[in-house]
Amino acid sequence: MRTAAAILRKDLLLELRTLETLPSMALLSISTFVIFHFGLNQDSLSGQLAAGVFTVTLLFAAMLAINRLFVAEREQGGFDAFLLAPVDRTAMFVAKAAALFIFMVALELVAVPAFALLLAPPRLGHSLAGFVLLLVLADGAFAVIGTFVSALAVHTRARDLIGPIIGLPLMLPALIATARGIGPLLRANSSGSPQLKWLLVLALYDLFNALLAVGLFDYLIEE
Amino acid sequence: MSTHVRHLRGLTVVTALMITAGLALTFFYAPLDAEQGFVQKIFYIHVPLAIVSLVGFCLGGVYGIGYLRTGKRVWDMRSYCAIHMSLIFSVAGLLAGSIWAKASWGHWWVWSDPTLVSYLIVILLYCTYQPMRFSIEDPERQARYAAVFSIVAGAFVPINFIIVNLSSEYLHPRVLNLEGGAMPGSMKLAFYTSLIAVALLFATLMKYEMAAKELRIETRRLRRRLLGDDAGPLGRTASPS
Repeated sequence: MRTAAAILRKDLLLELRTLETLPSMALLSISTFVIFHFGLNQDSLSGQLAAGVFTVTLLFAAMLAINRLFVAEREQGGFDAFLLAPVDRTAMFVAKAAALFIFMVALELVAVPAFALLLAPPRLGHSLAGFVLLLVLADGAFAVIGTFVSALAVHTRARDLIGPIIGLPLMLPALIATARGIGPLLRANSSGSPQLKWLLVLALYDLFNALLAVGLFDYLIEE
Repeated sequence: MSTHVRHLRGLTVVTALMITAGLALTFFYAPLDAEQGFVQKIFYIHVPLAIVSLVGFCLGGVYGIGYLRTGKRVWDMRSYCAIHMSLIFSVAGLLAGSIWAKASWGHWWVWSDPTLVSYLIVILLYCTYQPMRFSIEDPERQARYAAVFSIVAGAFVPINFIIVNLSSEYLHPRVLNLEGGAMPGSMKLAFYTSLIAVALLFATLMKYEMAAKELRIETRRLRRRLLGDDAGPLGRTASPS
């Protein structure tokens, strides 16, 4: 656990000092909202359409972070150093997934207000609690699957291509659940609480992927 | 002669016979569907293709576990060939399903059918298997990463079906529900014969592919022994080598 905390601290410090990933993610999400505004020719979105636009935007921003997640380790010999150290390899997975989760939460601190401001979905304030709960679970899926895919892709030659094409289908079930869960919350007549079904699906999918990734991660960083 | 080549001729003959029997039963024995008529015959090829390809994907994952546990290249080869064949079968199954959808629902693609949609997602995932292998140069790492991919993707297949099914109202004809389906006996006979025929076809083609790959590896080894370092590379490949 201490190893994981050390790696996480290193990653967050690196991001704070270089500001490489997070500003790009925030900018990308705002640009995507602008593109959707023009593409759909709508000043405000509601219901399932709003949910879809928001989920897709989050996904694209997540892809940026996922592509960058292990690049520093590979380019600056972090992997070799980690493999030489007498520590549990799962620590690397836990730390990277936690870092990705924190990145996603930080992104949403910008993206949710921007979404509310630019595309004005109705009832967002009213159903904020359920909305946040769904986002946290979705971030869990992004973090777990993203870390796994990133570790898989970082040693391939075309890692910027391989990561997204493997990651997208694997994340689809989580995206379906997130979009379907958020959709009813953003309707004009929303009750304000999300359907239990989608919360449960997301939580189980997170858990399932976390177990699978923890079990298999060791094989990905072996030399 | 390697273990994969043994029984290959017998297996081929049995497969050819079963396919003939399956087609004969489908076209001359099974009754016409009361609602859909002749078009429904495609069911005898579409459903077996879908079932066999999905089982094949999961089988690739099981072989992947075999590789990670033993580290023997033959498991990687099995996993690769199972996934390769399943991908071909699944694309054929998807096309057959699309034709059936056009004939019975009037559209080539139907989003309201969760089985078709989740099938497409699974195919999209497995389409990335070969590009991933292809972009890893070290053969040992290639095999290890491919095994990890095959296990995750194999586990993804059933989970994905469950979640996509939750997301839409069902439309797919449930011919094989838990109560044994609404098929009359003659349809069942034709269907199960076709299913066995397609499964045998899968096994036969997979064995042929493995035999061909082993032969290529053997050829390369002999070439290297004859020519030494002059043998030169035979080109890059995504398959185990």
